[in-house]
Amino acid sequence: MASRIRIRAQLKDDYCEVKALMRHPMETGMRKDQSGAAIPANFIEDVQVLHNDVVVVQAYWGAAVSANPFLGVRFKGGAQGDIVKVVWRDNQGDSGSGETTIR
Amino acid sequence: MGNLDPLGLTRRSFVAVSSALFVVAALPQKIWAAALRPETAFQATTLEATFEALGGAPTVSDGIVFSTPDIAENGAVVPVRIEIDTSVLSDVSKIYVIVEKNPNPLAAVFQVPPNTQPYAETRVKVAQTGNLYAVAEANGQLYMMQRETKVTLGGCGG
Amino acid sequence: MHKGFIRGISVVLIGLWSAMLFSETDGVFDEYRAMLGDDNPAIFVIFDGEEIWFTPAGPKSASLEQCDLGLGPGVVEGAYAQLPRYFADVDRVQDVEARLEHCMTQLQGLTPAEVHGKPYSLRGDLGTELEALVAWIADQSSGLAIAPMQAHAKERATYELGERLFYYRAGPHDFSCATCHEQAGRRIRLQTLPNLTTHQGAAEAYSSWPAYRISQGIVRTMGWRMRDCMRQQRMPELIMGSEATVALQTYLAVNGAGAPMAAPGLKR
Repeated sequence: MASRIRIRAQLKDDYCEVKALMRHPMETGMRKDQSGAAIPANFIEDVQVLHNDVVVVQAYWGAAVSANPFLGVRFKGGAQGDIVKVVWRDNQGDSGSGETTIR
Repeated sequence: MGNLDPLGLTRRSFVAVSSALFVVAALPQKIWAAALRPETAFQATTLEATFEALGGAPTVSDGIVFSTPDIAENGAVVPVRIEIDTSVLSDVSKIYVIVEKNPNPLAAVFQVPPNTQPYAETRVKVAQTGNLYAVAEANGQLYMMQRETKVTLGGCGG
Repeated sequence: MHKGFIRGISVVLIGLWSAMLFSETDGVFDEYRAMLGDDNPAIFVIFDGEEIWFTPAGPKSASLEQCDLGLGPGVVEGAYAQLPRYFADVDRVQDVEARLEHCMTQLQGLTPAEVHGKPYSLRGDLGTELEALVAWIADQSSGLAIAPMQAHAKERATYELGERLFYYRAGPHDFSCATCHEQAGRRIRLQTLPNLTTHQGAAEAYSSWPAYRISQGIVRTMGWRMRDCMRQQRMPELIMGSEATVALQTYLAVNGAGAPMAAPGLKR
């Protein structure tokens, strides 16, 4: 099963820039399908960015974050080759994660 | 910034306190503990109620560099970027993204420990033309910057 | 690595060419598009498409690995850029969707009804297999010059048919494609209407489809785009893989020939 997260981590000036794209419908629960039934809310609630297993960003999201959400953060102290990991969990209990090495 | 206060120092003997501090100092750096999800704020349906749930009305600060497009080609995906000018606003530990005219204005919360730059970039749904707010929390105080983003109706194509 | 080198040069060329191209259009959405950058959710659909290509399916339990998109069985890199083109095994000119339909029926044993039954995603869907395949196949031509084959008599006849259809007025509004797409500097609300009769306009359109469509959250193909234009003109349905859609796409591709493919794009 293909990864549901695309992460890039790059060293810039004095910080490491992380850009992550996640695959998730981020349904608000307010839309209706073809038959008129409401599509249940299904959105990422919790996102963590970890550097060498230490949490460097903790994010909480509502359904107003766009579908296939994007996240950009910056942290200090990263070095080339270090591992950056992004982990998410949604309101239905599903989760996803991905990692990359810092360039 | 390690949070040593919850040791709850009351009337302990000097020796006990010293020992406790010594042990704490010898521990590996305490893992930063993020605050819990502000569920009440996420459930708020007005800007005022959202601010109240976050701790009160923020004061405007130009230490918050808030970027949003003047006009969004589609309201389903509106890129936003928040940077903090730390020479103006230091110790920012939380950033909130608020879209005033959404059914629930609070869209996202970003919490950072001291060695993470207070910076966040994401994409949010904007239901209609209106104000977006970037709110930063530093030392328990709330600051904000607002920007209006217009949302267009599509033509065809594109 | 050879591929990486070509990609690298392509990115530079696309950047330069795009800068040239967009300077004359309205700048209203420049800031919006710049802030989105190149983080395009189409990447996930591309991965899906690649997986589908190599996954056995249908009564014959075969993958699409032997599918000939014009450069030989299984050759995907560069194939999209040379479509639409004539295929001897069916004696007609086909676009990528018509060709995939052919491969799915021939190699995998699916019936035309099965392949054709749901040509495009409906509102709220998460994407079809065909859309994912087209996304991946188009990505395999990213950076390469649009170069639809025009050597065969039927290929040239298809272009001429496309041009005729482009100017053909019909439907309750008496519209043709040219009604909206024959002049420069026109728009509907804030959407610029490219002049598809010129190289620049046609290139801009043809190179950026298939595209991840933000308003729908899925990848849509050039064939879908044409079909939706027809729908908006209140014309009859433009059937996927039909002679008419292949002709119109050929018209665009030939007009835009030479410009680099930049698909999947990212659109509203």
